[in-house]
Amino acid sequence: MNELLRQLLFLPEQRSSLAREIDGLHYFVILVTMGGAALITLIGGYFLIRYRRRPQDTPRPHPGAFARPALFLETVSLFALGFLFLTFWTIGTRQFADLRTAPDDALDVYVTGKQWMWKFGYPGGDSEISVLYVPAHRPVRLIMTSRDVIHSFYVPAFRIKQDVIPGRYTTAWFEANEPGAYPILCAEFCGTSHSEMRGQVIALDPVDYERWLAGGLASAPAFAQKAAAEAENELAEAEPTMPSRGELAAAKHGCLRCHTLDGTPHVGPSWAGLYRAVVPLESGGERVADEAYITESIMDPLAALHRGFPPVMPSYLGQIAPPDVAAIIELMKSIRDVPHGPDVPWDGGVPGSSVTPEGVTP
Amino acid sequence: MMAHEVEGTAPVHGAHEVDYLRAGAGVRSWLLTTDHKRIGLMFYVLVVLMLLLGGAFALVLRTELLTPGPTVISAAIYNRMFTLHGVVMVWLFMIPSIPNIFGNFVLPIMIGAKDLAFPRLNLASLYVYAIGAVVTLAATIAGGADTGWTFYPPYSTTTPAGVLPVVIGIFILGVSSIMTAVNFIATTHTMRARGISWGRVPLFVWAIYSTSIIMLLATPVLGLTILLVGLDHVYHFGVFDPTLGGDPVLFQHLFWFYSHPAVYIMVLPALGVISEVVCTFAQRQPASYWAIALSSFGIALIGFAGWGHHMFVAGMSELDAGIFGAFSMFIAIFSAIKVFTWVATLHRGAIQFNTPMLYFFWFLFLFVFGGMTGVAVATQSLDVHWHDTYFVVAHFHFIMVGGTLTAFLAAAHYWFPKMFGRAYSEPMGLLTSFGVFLGFILTFLPQFLAGNAGMPRRYYSYPAQYQWLNVLSTGGAYLLAGALVLALLNLLIALRWGPRASANPWRSRSYEWMTPPIPPEHNFPVTPVIDRGPYDYHLTEEEAHARVSTAR
Amino acid sequence: MPESQPPAEQLAPARLAMQFEDLEKQTHAAHFGMWIFLASEVLLFAGLFALYASYRAVFGHEFSAGVAHNNAVIGTSNTAILLTSSLLVALSVYAVRLDRPTMAGRLLLGAIALGLAFLVLKGVEYTQHFHEGIFPGSAYRFEELPQAGAKMFFTLYFLTTGLHAIHVTAGLVVLGWLTWGCFRRRYGAGNDTHIELGGLYWHLVDVIWIFLWPMLYLMH
Repeated sequence: MNELLRQLLFLPEQRSSLAREIDGLHYFVILVTMGGAALITLIGGYFLIRYRRRPQDTPRPHPGAFARPALFLETVSLFALGFLFLTFWTIGTRQFADLRTAPDDALDVYVTGKQWMWKFGYPGGDSEISVLYVPAHRPVRLIMTSRDVIHSFYVPAFRIKQDVIPGRYTTAWFEANEPGAYPILCAEFCGTSHSEMRGQVIALDPVDYERWLAGGLASAPAFAQKAAAEAENELAEAEPTMPSRGELAAAKHGCLRCHTLDGTPHVGPSWAGLYRAVVPLESGGERVADEAYITESIMDPLAALHRGFPPVMPSYLGQIAPPDVAAIIELMKSIRDVPHGPDVPWDGGVPGSSVTPEGVTP
Repeated sequence: MMAHEVEGTAPVHGAHEVDYLRAGAGVRSWLLTTDHKRIGLMFYVLVVLMLLLGGAFALVLRTELLTPGPTVISAAIYNRMFTLHGVVMVWLFMIPSIPNIFGNFVLPIMIGAKDLAFPRLNLASLYVYAIGAVVTLAATIAGGADTGWTFYPPYSTTTPAGVLPVVIGIFILGVSSIMTAVNFIATTHTMRARGISWGRVPLFVWAIYSTSIIMLLATPVLGLTILLVGLDHVYHFGVFDPTLGGDPVLFQHLFWFYSHPAVYIMVLPALGVISEVVCTFAQRQPASYWAIALSSFGIALIGFAGWGHHMFVAGMSELDAGIFGAFSMFIAIFSAIKVFTWVATLHRGAIQFNTPMLYFFWFLFLFVFGGMTGVAVATQSLDVHWHDTYFVVAHFHFIMVGGTLTAFLAAAHYWFPKMFGRAYSEPMGLLTSFGVFLGFILTFLPQFLAGNAGMPRRYYSYPAQYQWLNVLSTGGAYLLAGALVLALLNLLIALRWGPRASANPWRSRSYEWMTPPIPPEHNFPVTPVIDRGPYDYHLTEEEAHARVSTAR
Repeated sequence: MPESQPPAEQLAPARLAMQFEDLEKQTHAAHFGMWIFLASEVLLFAGLFALYASYRAVFGHEFSAGVAHNNAVIGTSNTAILLTSSLLVALSVYAVRLDRPTMAGRLLLGAIALGLAFLVLKGVEYTQHFHEGIFPGSAYRFEELPQAGAKMFFTLYFLTTGLHAIHVTAGLVVLGWLTWGCFRRRYGAGNDTHIELGGLYWHLVDVIWIFLWPMLYLMH
């Protein structure tokens, strides 16, 4: 019965712990709604035919008396309707409270929405773009905020949706009841590529999840790899410009954990205003931060270290694809005019102090 | 004032008076007229133009959605296009449609007045509307807002598209609405002819009166709110911009405080039209006059308390969501009172079945179904899945198009003989009405399913599994558009070649049918005294006529 | 100076518009229309009041500091000025009813002068703010109160007082038109509707200021 109605109503599969219960109310409400509309229309249609004007009626005025039974029936129907609505409301309120209250043992994931991608940060420090890996059969709580405009995090298969609002945190939770890949959509209009702002929730068996935590994408099951590749394609469609692709690449390779894009001082030099700036070197002398210097610094960061910054950046030689490097350089070019903050490390400590942020190794 | 009554059975209308269409010739006599009927007609022309324009945008949108990827326009154009569609349909068509055309035309006659209380204000309202329309359209076409008609910040305050000019246009349209609302409320209160007590006011007047109250109270809040968005966009005032300390959710509260009642601005006049149509063609009094009259009022008041249901997923607390959900369902009860009363009115009637009545039949199904899905989306946990999907799009189109547009068409046919003194082709009217219904169902029923399947609204491209539903919907949109154009043609042809209609072709008892086939310039030579109700179908036509006399 | 008794025939009687049965109905309609228009105006400001209330709930301290920084002397003088001008307008209605339009015109002139004084003081206050770097929105650069909440307070301050000033200006235009009519002896006993309606509008402008005054100058 559940399956039949679900398919008749085109609902997606029920893949969260609450989905089935919510769909139950859905069926109830829709059947009553459809039934009510059909019933009223049938009664109205019947009256239209039954009481149509006959030629002999035409000159005679209508007696105009109230039909008392009709009025009585109307009052009864109104109360019945009110009672029905109250039922909807009672069940809906309870389910809504369930949807809003995450269990205490939930795994927290931090979600950042931005035009036009989702970024997921794990308590361990790892972050993923557009693919959210979660263990199945375990509640996951999403703590969400936006960097620019309002987005809305929507997973149809889980029956959850939550607006993601800049300047404040909102939460949502779900418990995937089966491993699989489920699409994420953005439901609040957020600009040109709003409809391309998609992603995938990849729910893994707890065992697979542990394996993924340890070994990354390569050790995830095949369906997950396929879904991740698909998500990456979608992301490329949503990000047609080189600088935005560069930002993605920078995020993917973890560059943005140490480098900022708005001129704020951090572990590494901010990229704002960096392109073609004259950079003082730790070893004395200076270099112009052109394509050659940037590429060199990515592949062999310690060869010509920017003065005032700790020598903590690992080499990305062989880790980062040439198109990504090009995109990152385009990104730097695009923020050339952003005002550059003072070149001091983020903790304000002396240059060369042992700042080793977590997760620097790619 | 000397006012001694002369009892008499003389017709209220003097046969010697020239009808309002011929009362003055030349462009000047139209452009500077203060006659509510002529102003109504000019609104008619403008508003129908807007309907066609908004419909054309809709067709482009539907064509684009034929395929999952890009089809005919780019994403940037698509976003501007759906904004235009929403803005044009909501502010330029839906809100002014029934009140400003039919309300203007029949409301004064329905209460036995010679004109509205402030005829010059009425004319000013027309011009303000025209200016607002020009500004809005010019701004949208030149730079164009790509925010959707809801203008949610911070997107609307940061988008590169020009928002302020569009917002100014809408603000001007709001001024026009307020002018009309003040006029209607004051007229209904102070200008009813002797004998028309509150219990004898036609139901359409009740509906327009309730609508005007909403317009008067809600429009200023909206005007101010979106103006602030425009100012935020240009001058970075930051009232709603989180980077400057503002709160974007606060905007949603203020916006929906207006825009939710605005839904009733759009639908209440339609309910009024339907009440008139039902009583006239069933040839009997409404099963309960006060139920219909006061439920309009109830909808108007409770309508102000339901705005929060647009924000269930914006981080609203469970308690607030519960309260707003309950209020929203409460409104549906008031609508249900009306629906039940109409159906009860049909019972034991002597029903004449023609085009307006066929539209009523469609209306009955579409409005009830649309309204019931409204209760469904007011159910908090279900709204989480449906919010901002095509389900909601289908729901409000069922109300706005299935409800208001069908009622608009019913009104266009029902009052056609009164407005132009001619009869339209009945078979053609019935045929186009069928076309409208079929096109409508085909357009919007698949959208419910697409929404269920999880397709969000305002999507330029969509996952491929939704395609066939979208193709159905696009086909329906073309059918709907074709039927609408045919319906319009049918009326246009009747305008010139239709047979002459009698003064009261539907044998209605409502007061506007007391005037000659085409009413004279000031409706009545003298303000009449009316000693019967507008739905006194237990009287014969002669008796009903005899109870209207001329004062002085 | 005693007013010369006007010759009665020069006073234009109230004209009955075509659509009304009698003058009583016409006057009633005019008053009724004005009152509901004022309701609409109140809601226009209600939106801003709602914003003020919400943000004050969020940024209580900053709002208090902002209120304390505003010049209460100017605010209070402006209140007194507006109240006095309202009194003059009320007296002018009274004078018209006594059939002394010239007297009413002079009273209205006084009200207009006070209204202008209000605007001048407002301008002085704005200039002070601009000198301190207090501008609305992102242009704000007042260093004593750098917080976002203070910025929001002053943005709302400019929005509410600006909207109010627009209403004052509109009111002055209306009063000017009425004054002109008074001196042209267009109004008199039995034909005081316009003066009364103009007065109503002016009182509304006044009442709104009565709310703005504590909100922006006193509640710290």
